[in-house]
Amino acid sequence: MRLPVGLRAALTGFTLLVLVVIYTPLLLVVLNSFNADRSFGWPPKKLTLHWWDVAAHSEGARAALWTSLQVAMFATVIALVLGTLAAMALRRTRFFGRNVVSLLIILPIALPGIVTGLALRNAFKTVLGLELSLLTIVIAHATFCIVTVFNNVQARFQRLGGNLEDASMDLGAGPFTTFRLVTLPMLRSALLAGGLLSFGLSFDEIVVTTFTASSQDQTLPIWIFQNLFRPNQAPVVNVVAAVLVVLSAIPIYLAQKLSGGTAKAMTGAR
Amino acid sequence: MPTAISVRGLSKHFDEVRAVDGLDLDIADGEFFSMLGPSGSGKTTVLRLLAGFEQPTSGRIQLGDDDVTDLPPYARDVNTVFQDYAIFPHLSVRQNVEYGLRVKKVPRGERRRRAEESLATVRLEGYGERRPHQLSGGQRQRVALARALVNRPKVLLLDEPLGALDLKLRREMQIELKEIQREVGITFVFVTHDQEEALTMSDRIAVFNEGRIEQLATPVELYEQPSSAFVAGFVGTSNLLEGAVARALLGADGPFVIRPEKVQLVAPADGPAPDATTCVAEGVVREVVYLGATTHSVVELDAGAILTVSHQNSDRSIDAALERRDQRVVLTWRRDHLVSLGGSDPDSPVNRAASPEEETA
Repeated sequence: MRLPVGLRAALTGFTLLVLVVIYTPLLLVVLNSFNADRSFGWPPKKLTLHWWDVAAHSEGARAALWTSLQVAMFATVIALVLGTLAAMALRRTRFFGRNVVSLLIILPIALPGIVTGLALRNAFKTVLGLELSLLTIVIAHATFCIVTVFNNVQARFQRLGGNLEDASMDLGAGPFTTFRLVTLPMLRSALLAGGLLSFGLSFDEIVVTTFTASSQDQTLPIWIFQNLFRPNQAPVVNVVAAVLVVLSAIPIYLAQKLSGGTAKAMTGAR
Repeated sequence: MPTAISVRGLSKHFDEVRAVDGLDLDIADGEFFSMLGPSGSGKTTVLRLLAGFEQPTSGRIQLGDDDVTDLPPYARDVNTVFQDYAIFPHLSVRQNVEYGLRVKKVPRGERRRRAEESLATVRLEGYGERRPHQLSGGQRQRVALARALVNRPKVLLLDEPLGALDLKLRREMQIELKEIQREVGITFVFVTHDQEEALTMSDRIAVFNEGRIEQLATPVELYEQPSSAFVAGFVGTSNLLEGAVARALLGADGPFVIRPEKVQLVAPADGPAPDATTCVAEGVVREVVYLGATTHSVVELDAGAILTVSHQNSDRSIDAALERRDQRVVLTWRRDHLVSLGGSDPDSPVNRAASPEEETA
């Protein structure tokens, strides 16, 4: 598409501005993790690896990271299984209230976290009589993680239709073989994308977690929030934040590369 | 001859719609059988019932000696070539072709050999390692065919497999499909809405209309002896003469059908006198359509009907034909070229017979 020179320059400038606004603060976080000054004086007078050393030995940070990883992993596994099954169930069968069910599955991601958190806390504690624990966080997170998997899988089904599975059955494969050899490979990149998104959602969730976690189970976001305003912990928080920036960039980059490749193969064959 | 498929009283209703309505059908072993009809006539539904993707509302389906009505698709000895080919995008061409053998646990060596054989049958030797998205439409069509043939099914079902190809490639594939069918000797059941395609390839053709078979016959019979105005109109171009017009020209109510190429168009001075073997009608040329190999003249008869006349453009110059517009002419045809439809349907509208031709143009 040809654009007038002036418009093109303006768009380029605007794009650069947006990128600068987004990424400068992140860059600052990373830089400040090496800043020797405890109160982050700018520009840094001296660089140090001291805070990284402290952070690496911080029991609280390590425990919180481990808790977060566990929660995100379990929530994602539950979301992958249930989200895929829900999408498959709603795909071929036409029944009364089908759209209502679809809406009910998607709704949790739109609900305010504070409402979800409060409702689940009440349900766990008073109705079910459950003690708040890692399990309750996982269940709470799974409610909205399912949505990302469900949406991705449903979109993939809509794009591919049902003929590939018909072809597989026609060639002599039963329902389970068909699922293993055709449906699952077809969904692979959609599951990967949905899973990564779900992992990310769970990993940085703080509102619902606040209501459904016991005081012993601290996820990383909660740990960061609680330590942010303690002067002697601030540099460590900064290091943890820097680590998270780098860690979250890697899977997103991989997901983009992977799904780009398979998406082409998927659509190119139609 | 033993039957490959035998269908009795087969019906499929979708809510209020009777997609297939009380169908009886026998298809012989080794036959190239076509199901021809407009969209929504039920032909694809019959194919899906045969494959097992749909459960019939009532009726039985027999494959060879076995009743397969209640069997799922994977337990029936039939294979399908889908309209959009349905090639597995995540598998190579060879893996696609081997799929049916793989799920039946055929040993790797034999699998490989039979896949190569099958790819050779469809002239795709050396394409085994390609990915589906690297193939053209025609090649994908061949892969779909090889993937079905490799299982040596009792019956091969083809759902408008040539619909997505361009005209030239489609004509080539028609001939090739027919050759392959003769070579492998498998019964082919071919669904199409293209009457020319059906005439080119089939041993027998069933013309479908509103969930029922209108006529089941060989291509020659179907074209020369259509049993209804619908068949006459759907298979080729035809002229329908009935009621007052038929009485005036032919001395009977009809309805009668006469094919455009069976009618001669001459100048009024050269017109013969009508006798026991020749019919004569006068009229005015309303339109002349040049079609390359042939020219169609649309003539409005004085008696009231409109007739299409076709003639070969065997002369280099066809200016004479083109200049005939709005001139008076005489049409003649042999009485034994008229096909009587038996007067079963006197209310059938005249125009209905000539319209479906567009679909195949």
